Amino acid sequence: MTETMRLDGIRAGRLGPEDLTRNFSDLHPRFSDHEALVAADRCYFCHDAPCVTACPTDIDIPLFIRQIATGMEDAAARTIFQQNILGGMCARVCPTETLCEEVCVRQVAEGKPVEIGRLQRFATDSMMAAGEHPFTRAPETGRRVAIVGAGPAGLSCAHRLAMLGHSVTIYDARAKPGGLNEYGIAEYKTPGGFAQAEVDWLLKIGGITVETGRTIGAGLALEALRNDHDAVFLGIGLGGVGALGLEGEALGGADNAVDFIAALRQQDDLTQLPIGRNVVVIGGGMTAVDAAVQSKLLGAENVTIAYRRARDRMPASRWEQDLAASHGVRLVFGVVPHALHGDDRLREVELAYVGPDMAPTGETFRLPADQLFRAIGQKLVAVEGIALEGGKIAVTGAGRTSVEGVWAGGDCAAGGQDLTVTAVAEGRDAAMDIHASLTDGRV
Amino acid sequence: MADLTTDFVGIHSPNPFWLASAPPTDKEYNVRRAFEAGWGGVVWKTLGAEGPPVVNVNGPRYGAIYGADRRVLGLNNIELITDRPLETNLEEMARVKADYPDRALIASIMVPCEEAAWKAILPRVAETGADGIELNFGCPHGMSERGMGSAVGQVPEYIEMVTRWCKQYYDRPVIVKLTPNIADIRKPARAARNGGADAVSLINTINSITSVDLDLMAPEPTIDGKGSHGGYCGPAVKPIALSMVSEIARDPATYGLPISGIGGITTWRDAAEFMALGCGSVQVCTAAMTYGFRVVEEMKAGLSRWMDEKGYATLDEVVGRAVPNVTDWKHLNLNYVTKARIDQDLCIKCGRCYAACEDTSHQAIGMSPDRTFTVIDAECVACNLCIDVCPVEDCIDMVRLAPGETDPRTGKVVKAEPADWTTHPNNPGAMAAE
Ligand SMILES: Cc1cc2nc3c(=O)[nH]c(=O)nc-3n(C[C@H](O)[C@H](O)[C@H](O)COP(=O)(O)OP(=O)(O)OC[C@H]3O[C@@H](n4cnc5c(N)ncnc54)[C@H](O)[C@@H]3O)c2cc1C
Ligand SMILES: Cc1cc2nc3c(=O)[nH]c(=O)nc-3n(C[C@H](O)[C@H](O)[C@H](O)COP(=O)(O)O)c2cc1C
Ligand code: SF4
Repeated sequence: MTETMRLDGIRAGRLGPEDLTRNFSDLHPRFSDHEALVAADRCYFCHDAPCVTACPTDIDIPLFIRQIATGMEDAAARTIFQQNILGGMCARVCPTETLCEEVCVRQVAEGKPVEIGRLQRFATDSMMAAGEHPFTRAPETGRRVAIVGAGPAGLSCAHRLAMLGHSVTIYDARAKPGGLNEYGIAEYKTPGGFAQAEVDWLLKIGGITVETGRTIGAGLALEALRNDHDAVFLGIGLGGVGALGLEGEALGGADNAVDFIAALRQQDDLTQLPIGRNVVVIGGGMTAVDAAVQSKLLGAENVTIAYRRARDRMPASRWEQDLAASHGVRLVFGVVPHALHGDDRLREVELAYVGPDMAPTGETFRLPADQLFRAIGQKLVAVEGIALEGGKIAVTGAGRTSVEGVWAGGDCAAGGQDLTVTAVAEGRDAAMDIHASLTDGRV
Repeated sequence: MADLTTDFVGIHSPNPFWLASAPPTDKEYNVRRAFEAGWGGVVWKTLGAEGPPVVNVNGPRYGAIYGADRRVLGLNNIELITDRPLETNLEEMARVKADYPDRALIASIMVPCEEAAWKAILPRVAETGADGIELNFGCPHGMSERGMGSAVGQVPEYIEMVTRWCKQYYDRPVIVKLTPNIADIRKPARAARNGGADAVSLINTINSITSVDLDLMAPEPTIDGKGSHGGYCGPAVKPIALSMVSEIARDPATYGLPISGIGGITTWRDAAEFMALGCGSVQVCTAAMTYGFRVVEEMKAGLSRWMDEKGYATLDEVVGRAVPNVTDWKHLNLNYVTKARIDQDLCIKCGRCYAACEDTSHQAIGMSPDRTFTVIDAECVACNLCIDVCPVEDCIDMVRLAPGETDPRTGKVVKAEPADWTTHPNNPGAMAAE
């Protein structure tokens, strides 16, 4: 506890550079060689392994672990990248506790799964650190595909199409490619500029041009893209954020969690990033946890996550809840924001208890708050002419939209969980479908 | 508390755990500390003839085979016999024996295959007060190139001859240490007995190359780009040693010949198994080299506790108890029919039994879409492979079909009375059943 942590308001420099460096270092550093061998040895090499089924990209997990066990991490990396070109990022950010590791037979038997995520990182890091790209591009087909969005869905789709010999141009609204890998994922999951390094490494396949600062709907028209290309893939994620619709929301201090995290991820000197002494985060997903934990790591004294339903309904996994709790974040369940108080600036958040039916019980209470983050879910910013389903782009098969020649995948498309790995899988599968359609099924 | 005191061919020790002739017993300093740690006896590192001692390599002399987490499973060495002067060793042995009269101290000896050489060294060993000698006919590397060690142990006539000299020139117990690098271990054991040996000890190390350095293209351990075969020991050799011990224990020609068991003994259980197959004492090398002298504590406590549980008061009740149950394949009961049974509550659904049986055995395990694995009795030959590969202990069991039940695989009714190959109709040499 430093003096500056007790200063009210939203201010920078609550912690010194050393504390901040320590706080934002790698959550799970790469295994050493020996650690990896021991961890790999725990894998039973199951028949028709449940972990493979649980992985949205169907990585042959027992095979890559066996390759690590026999001292061939590059072969292991290749096994991973064949199915998931962003296997390096996924190794860091996948909620493995609800995916592959949840169904590991050793999790079921002993509550201690094979550490698949960390083994995946061990393998992918070694090949990426050597700067080696495992694939070569097929001869140029002369076909051109436009991809909108350089997030995991777009990058995965682009890589697969380029590998098959098509020419790809990726358009992205932001200044840097990577999507939420660059602007959203918690800093401690992917420190050291990994997101950009991974994009650079991925682009080594060749045949991909990235145009940043190009926004569909603002200067870039879908129709024009369709005219100039043989196919279009939309991987635009969810750019919109909902408001709480509360009185006092216009007071300074009520921010959007995603914007806060994006600012954090782009800030080179974290001593310059302001944070409140008392922070309240509204929401119950990964974004809420990441905003809360990173607030704590920046030096906020009191951080509370306020979620409207019971703990067992919280979208953030138990592992993430524990991560938050271990950083001293308080979790409050069954509450919704009722009002924001303060004259000149935000001073207090008033929360109201609700029942399972979301009906207020009548009881409210106030928490001191200099800063409030909304993490109540992101929304699609619709693209004109494309049919929606439940607020997202409607798709059939491997990402075919209502418009001929336009595919979509990742968070913006209906179906599947909003996860990096799901975006990668959908981008890859759409690429195979695009390829099939461009080659008349002569894959 | 079970009595662990040991009387092995008249050599007494407070427990049956001896350190085998090797680096742990190379000098006074080690042996004193070993006795303080509780070892019942030591076989001193092998002595050579008077004169300039042998020299060892100055590069690596060991290589290891590891299990997970670098657990040593097997050790390979190219060390020779003691490289210290004979006189020094003899003086130290005398001092140690005088200070530890209750412990067994045995001199291991390897001198050229000439009567004069043995005649010269034996009186000097006797002067130390050592309780007996062990003839090292086992060392498979280096010394064997000079006509000693396993070069002697591989020729039964030499064994008999040298043993006879020793019995002639030495009046305390003579133990002959056998090499496993031979086709039939019973031959050298018989030779030792014929020569008058009081006991045999086995096994010494097995010819081995640990691994090949694929960059240097040379065997490991590598000395300046070259490697030589060494001797293998440690947990990996235990099954080989147990089998050889059992063959000597049940061979009519050597039946009753005392055996000191050696080879991969790492825990009390290993020791108990050697004793059950007829060993009156056991010797340990690799386990001590891997974990230090303190392992003997676990061995003593474990053996004693197990004997208490079983109601065995003395080691005599254990030694050789399993020997009558070692038999030839042809005498195994072919009417003993079992089937694998998977305990669905313990099963963790890894499917290893399925892969093993489906790909490499008898296609006798079925797999349902929800990953329930069940044995198909009509196909199961009871080979046991599923149990061997199952990661969960006791999850798969072998259940015997009762007499009168029909084996769905063969369609035959299981008979109550045993029948073996010697009477089987498919055996061309079968004797009539009655
Ligand atoms: C704070 C936060 C933390 C998260 N943590 C995790 C985690 O730990 N693990 C995990 O698996 N998932 C996590 N997720 C979810 C994960 O980041 C997403 O599921 C994933 O990034 C979706 O990939 P995408 O390619 O569909 O979209 P995005 O990553 O959102 O990429 C979309 C891209 O499209 C661009 N774009 C948007 N609109 C336009 C337009 N009109 N024109 C041009 N370009 C446009 C954007 O600039 C962006 O680069 C997190 C999400 C958030 C918000
Ligand atoms: C480094 C080393 C040196 C050895 N030197 C001798 C020796 O001088 N004389 C001998 O009879 N056996 C020698 N042995 C063999 C051991 O006494 C013992 O027979 C063998 O290692 C098997 O037992 P273990 O599996 O407990 O190690 C040596 C073994 C090792 C590892
Ligand atoms: S005992 Fe052998 S044949 Fe029977 S189920 Fe097991 S592996 Fe298959």
